[in-house]
Amino acid sequence: MAVNRRDFLKGAAGGGAALATAAVATAPAQARENKPMPPNAVGLLYDSTLCIGCKACVAGCKEANDLPPDFNTAEQLWDTPIDIGPKTFNVIKLYASGTAEHKDQEENGFAFVKKSCMHCVDPSCVSVCPVSAMTKDPQTGIVGYDPDICIGCRYCVLSCPFGVPQAEYDTPTPKIKKCEMCRHRQAEGKIPACAEVCPTGATVFGPIAAIDAEIARRRAMVPGETATFERRTLGSGDVHEKAAPKYLEHVYGEKEVGGTQFRFMSSVEFEKLGMPALRDKSYPSDSEGIQHTLYSGMIAPAVVFAGLVWAAKRASHVEDEHPEE
Amino acid sequence: MAPFHQEHEPLGGKLVTKTTVVCAILALIAAFLLAKRMVLGLGSVTNLNNGFPWGIWIAYDVVIGTAFACGGYAMALVCYILNKGEYHPLVRPALLASCFGYTLGGVSILFDLGRWWNAWHILVPQYMQPNSVMFEVALCVMSYILVLWIEFSPAIVSKVPALRPHKRKLEKTLFVFVALGCLLPTMHQSSLGTLLVVLGYQIHPLWQTPLLPVLFLSSAICMGFSIVVFEAVLGSAGFKRSIKHEMPQLAKIARIVQGFMVAYLVLRFGDLIVRGELGAVFNSGLRSLMFLIEIVLFATPIVLFSKQSNRDSRKGLFIGAVAMLLGGALYRLDAFLVAYDTGPGWHYFPSVSELMVTFGIIAAEVLLYIVFVRKLPVFYTHKLTAEDLAAAHEK
Repeated sequence: MAVNRRDFLKGAAGGGAALATAAVATAPAQARENKPMPPNAVGLLYDSTLCIGCKACVAGCKEANDLPPDFNTAEQLWDTPIDIGPKTFNVIKLYASGTAEHKDQEENGFAFVKKSCMHCVDPSCVSVCPVSAMTKDPQTGIVGYDPDICIGCRYCVLSCPFGVPQAEYDTPTPKIKKCEMCRHRQAEGKIPACAEVCPTGATVFGPIAAIDAEIARRRAMVPGETATFERRTLGSGDVHEKAAPKYLEHVYGEKEVGGTQFRFMSSVEFEKLGMPALRDKSYPSDSEGIQHTLYSGMIAPAVVFAGLVWAAKRASHVEDEHPEE
Repeated sequence: MAPFHQEHEPLGGKLVTKTTVVCAILALIAAFLLAKRMVLGLGSVTNLNNGFPWGIWIAYDVVIGTAFACGGYAMALVCYILNKGEYHPLVRPALLASCFGYTLGGVSILFDLGRWWNAWHILVPQYMQPNSVMFEVALCVMSYILVLWIEFSPAIVSKVPALRPHKRKLEKTLFVFVALGCLLPTMHQSSLGTLLVVLGYQIHPLWQTPLLPVLFLSSAICMGFSIVVFEAVLGSAGFKRSIKHEMPQLAKIARIVQGFMVAYLVLRFGDLIVRGELGAVFNSGLRSLMFLIEIVLFATPIVLFSKQSNRDSRKGLFIGAVAMLLGGALYRLDAFLVAYDTGPGWHYFPSVSELMVTFGIIAAEVLLYIVFVRKLPVFYTHKLTAEDLAAAHEK
C-alpha cells in the first residue's frame, strides 16, 4: 500500500475549496423564469367591495363538492368553519377596525375577504409533488389533485405560500383537500359553485383575458359614480348597478409569486385582510433553478460518478494485493 | 503496508444485557404506536396539523437520522475515493451504522406517508416528477439503502456457507457500489437542504438561502466523520475494545472536521452578510438563540481540535464529535421546524407518542447494531499484546 500520505491539513483545505466550488455552482441557480399563463386559462375575480358576507359561496361550495359541515361550536348545530380546512374549500372572513361603521374603509371600517385556492400560474404544490398527483391543467390552468396517485407526503401542504392544500389526519386513508375551481362542474359546462350562487357578483368566473379586461374597467371607474357589475360570469348580461368604490391600485394575484388565476380587488390594504405580502418571482423558479443547474441532463452526476468509479476501482486494486483471508 | 496484520472478527459476547433489553422494550412500544397510527391515522399518534404537516418524524428520523448515518459515506470518501487505506478498519462499523440509520429512516418515511400504499408510484415513469426535490431525495435514499447493504454484504456473505463461493465475485464488483455509495449521499444530503428552498418566506432568513444544499451537504459529511469518532470511542468503552491502533486515524478525522467547519462557518456568515440578514442573528428572539447555540456547537470542534493533545485523547475527540453531531442535528431541526412559519395561529410540538416512536427507532438501531457486531465480522481485531488487552479492559 505505497500510497503517498498527504498532509491532512491539505485534505481539510481541499474540503473548503470543494465547498466554495459547490457554492459558486449553485449561484447561477436563479436561471428559471416564472411559468407563463396557460393559453385558455380561466379564473375567478373576487371583489371585496361587492361582497356582503352572506357566505352563499361557502354553502354552495360545500354542496357542489360534497363536503361535510365543519363544526366549531360546542352544540354542533351549524356549519361554522373558522378557516379553509379539509372540510371547507372556501371561507368568507371579516376585517374590522375601530367602530367598524363603514364598509370598505380601513379605519373604523370593515371589509370581507374570500380565501380559497389561488390557482397559481407557477404553483409550488405542483412543483413539489413527487408523483404528479397535484397537476396544473395545461389549457385551463386549474390546479387539480388526484388522490389515486397521491402518496400523502404533504409537501404541497408545507410549500404553498397561501396555506391552501389541507391534509386529513383523523383517518387511515387521508387525502389532500383543496378548491379545484369546480372542474367537475366545468366539465359539465357549468361554472364554479361559488360564482354561480353569489347574489352580488362579488365572485365572478371567466377566462383570464376577460378578468384582466374587467379589472382594467373597474380600475378606471370614478368613485361614487354609478357603475354596472355582472353576476356569475363575465359576459352573463345579468347586471346590477351600484356606486363605484375607491379601489386600491394593487390587485392581489396579478403579480404575486408569478401571478394567480384567482384575483382579488379591494379598497382595504391586502395585508390588513390577511393576504401575505409576496414577491413577484415564483418560489419553484428558485428550487427548480437549483435542481436544473445541478442535474441538467444528469450530466454532472454522470461525470462525478465516472470519477468515483475510477477512484474506487483504483482503491479496490490496492486491496487485492493484501487479501484479507 | 499496514504495520500489523488485521482481520474482521465478530466481537462475541452476550446478547441479552440491560442495554439490549431496554432497547427492545422501547422498540416494541414504538411498534405498538405505529400500529395505532396505521389503524386510526396520523392524528391519533402525532400532533401534526395543516400548519405543520411535517413534524419530528421527518425532521429527526429522516433528515437528522440519515445525516447521523453518513459515517459509511464519509469513510468511503476517504478510504476508497481519496485512497487512504489506513482508514479501512473504520469502514465496516461505520457502514453498519449507516445501514441501520438509512433503513430505519426509510421505514419511518413509510409510516409518515398518509397514503403509503401508493409509495411505489415514485418508481412509475408516468407519475415521476423530476422537478420535485422530494422525488430526487426519495429515489436516492431508496437506492442508497440497497447500495449500503451491498457494501456491507461481504460481512454477511463470509458468515453464510452457501454464499461463500460468491464472495470473490462480490468483491470484484464492489467498487461500482462504493462509487454509487459516494454519489447518492452527495445528491440527497444536499437535496435535503434544497427541499426547503421552495418554502421561500415561510423559512426564517437565518436559514433560508440558496446555499442550503451546500450547507446541508458539508454538515452531513462532518456528522458522518463525527459519528465514526463517536462510535469508536463509545464502542471502545461499551465493548471493552482497544482503539489504540485507530487513534491516529481518528485524530486525522478530527482535523478534517475542523477544516470543513471553518469553511462551513465562513459560508454561513458570508451568506448572511451578502443577503443583508446579519442583523437577524440578534433580533429574532428564540430563533436567534437557537442560531447562536448552533454556531457555538459548530465552533467547538474548530477550537478543540486545534490542539494536538485534544485530537490524541479519547475525551477530546469525544467532546468535539458530540458537539459537531449536536450542532448538525440542531441545524436540521431549526431549519425544518423552528425556522418554519406558515402564518399566524399554527403551533407544533411533538406529542409524547410521536417522540416515543422516534426513541423506539433509535433504540432499534442501537439494538440491531449490538447484535450485528457481536455476531458478524464488523470490527477489526488488531493483534494485541496481553498488556494492551488488560489496559483496555480496565478502562
